[in-house]
Amino acid sequence: MLAGETVLIDVILIVALAVLVGVYVSWRAGRLDRLHARVDTARAALDAALLRRSSVALELAACGVLDPATSLLLAGAAHDARAAGEPTELAESDLTRALRAVVGQPDFRALLNRQGNADDLLAELEATARQVFLARKFYNDAVAATRAARRRWLVRLLGLAGGAPLPEFFEIDDSVVTGGGEGRGSDMPHLTG
Amino acid sequence: MGLGHEVSVISPADDDTPLPDYVVSAGRAVPVPYNGSVARLAFGFLSASRVRRWVKEGAFDVLHVHEPAAPSLSLLACWVAEGPIVATVHTATLRSRVMHASAPALRTALEKVSGWIAVSEAARTTLVEHTGGDAVLIPNGVTVRKYEKATPLPGWPGPGGALGFLGRMDEPRKGLEVLLRAFTTLAADRPGLRLLIAGPGDAENVIDKVPEALRERVILLGQVSEEDKARVYHSVDVFCAPNTGGESFGIVLAEAMAAGAPIAASDLDAFRQVLRGGRAGELFETGDPDALARAAGRLLDDPQRRAELSAAASEAVRIYDWPVVARDVVQVYQTVVPAIGRVGVAR
Repeated sequence: MLAGETVLIDVILIVALAVLVGVYVSWRAGRLDRLHARVDTARAALDAALLRRSSVALELAACGVLDPATSLLLAGAAHDARAAGEPTELAESDLTRALRAVVGQPDFRALLNRQGNADDLLAELEATARQVFLARKFYNDAVAATRAARRRWLVRLLGLAGGAPLPEFFEIDDSVVTGGGEGRGSDMPHLTG
Repeated sequence: MGLGHEVSVISPADDDTPLPDYVVSAGRAVPVPYNGSVARLAFGFLSASRVRRWVKEGAFDVLHVHEPAAPSLSLLACWVAEGPIVATVHTATLRSRVMHASAPALRTALEKVSGWIAVSEAARTTLVEHTGGDAVLIPNGVTVRKYEKATPLPGWPGPGGALGFLGRMDEPRKGLEVLLRAFTTLAADRPGLRLLIAGPGDAENVIDKVPEALRERVILLGQVSEEDKARVYHSVDVFCAPNTGGESFGIVLAEAMAAGAPIAASDLDAFRQVLRGGRAGELFETGDPDALARAAGRLLDDPQRRAELSAAASEAVRIYDWPVVARDVVQVYQTVVPAIGRVGVAR
């Protein structure tokens, strides 16, 4: 066999290998990119859910059924949560605690029943509480997957993450509902039963 | 659909099976042994291309897949789709060696899921162990209304008492054998006691396991219609769920509860949860025929306890009623939908 031919075969093999490696790396980069996109969307959903929750809390504070002290407490917590600009773990947890204190009052439901649109308000509060719970769970799940992917050696070696910041978990107390416990069907917060 | 959403379902089906309008066939399902029982799974090129076309033409807001970690259409759909995906895990026992998220194709598909739902605590644990991801717990639903009221089959439960079983007869993990042994014990000193068995499977094998003298007291219905299923639950004094494992939620149990049947069930995690730790049904040691015989015997002798359990079961099953469950699932959809666009086909 001629020497030139061997070299040619070597070159072809090397090029093929390079192409394969390239395809693999770009596929891995694509996966990571998709994970980052998932984190971003999940974060947007979480922020939207938190915002909705604070508006329902404000509405509840303003509806005139609650006593002034409770109203003030709730409005204060809701306002703090919104004033932070981007939701912060501390302010959101405080709002959760305020809501829990309000909803947990022994005669809360009876109180709301006297008001015309109070049932709607309660249902909406329940829905937003669930939304926050879900959104936070999905967000943290996406964060965990992304962080795990970024720890892989290939990703670190080649800097596949680019300039994307390492996503942070969002840990808050979001169980507005007291009670529940064993035998619940779903683990979503239910204000009623 | 009742909430005003449009739904399209893709499912394996024989080409000549009549399907509702919203179901799209993905071609024939091939029964293969999977996860300890025979599952009907669809895979291969034809299925993949049908899924691709379905995802592309549907332009869905959300894609909801079930059991995407199994070799199934769901996995294919996850693989080809891009956008908001919700996935539900049902099984409590995944094959760790296969699953270990080592297959990159599998991982790529599963990474795309924006929201995981688990139907039981056990299913969630499995998911956490194998993919490191977390899920929200939303149980399967039952149409309570469909089972609530039904006329018992003529002549049932009868004066001597009746035990009931529903499920595949030839699948060991359904535990029919445990029940047959328990029945043999019980029937010895209860001359009128009968056993009603409904479900597909080989009848010969079943009847062989019962002593000859008792055989006429074991009634095999074979596969029954949905309507008759409800009647079966109403036809027995004690409904037995002797499953020996692998059960993640126990839809049969939930149906029996909806029918208000007094229940004796294996002490599996999933069952204990559905039965509220034993308050909505007796639990007995899993796989132990004597324990089942004792539990069922106690119930047969105590009509008041049966009535209590029946009431407790009807109450406990409310949270599994479809309208309640569907509302939670829709909220999951709403959470994953916003910002991102529709489901499309990945490049």
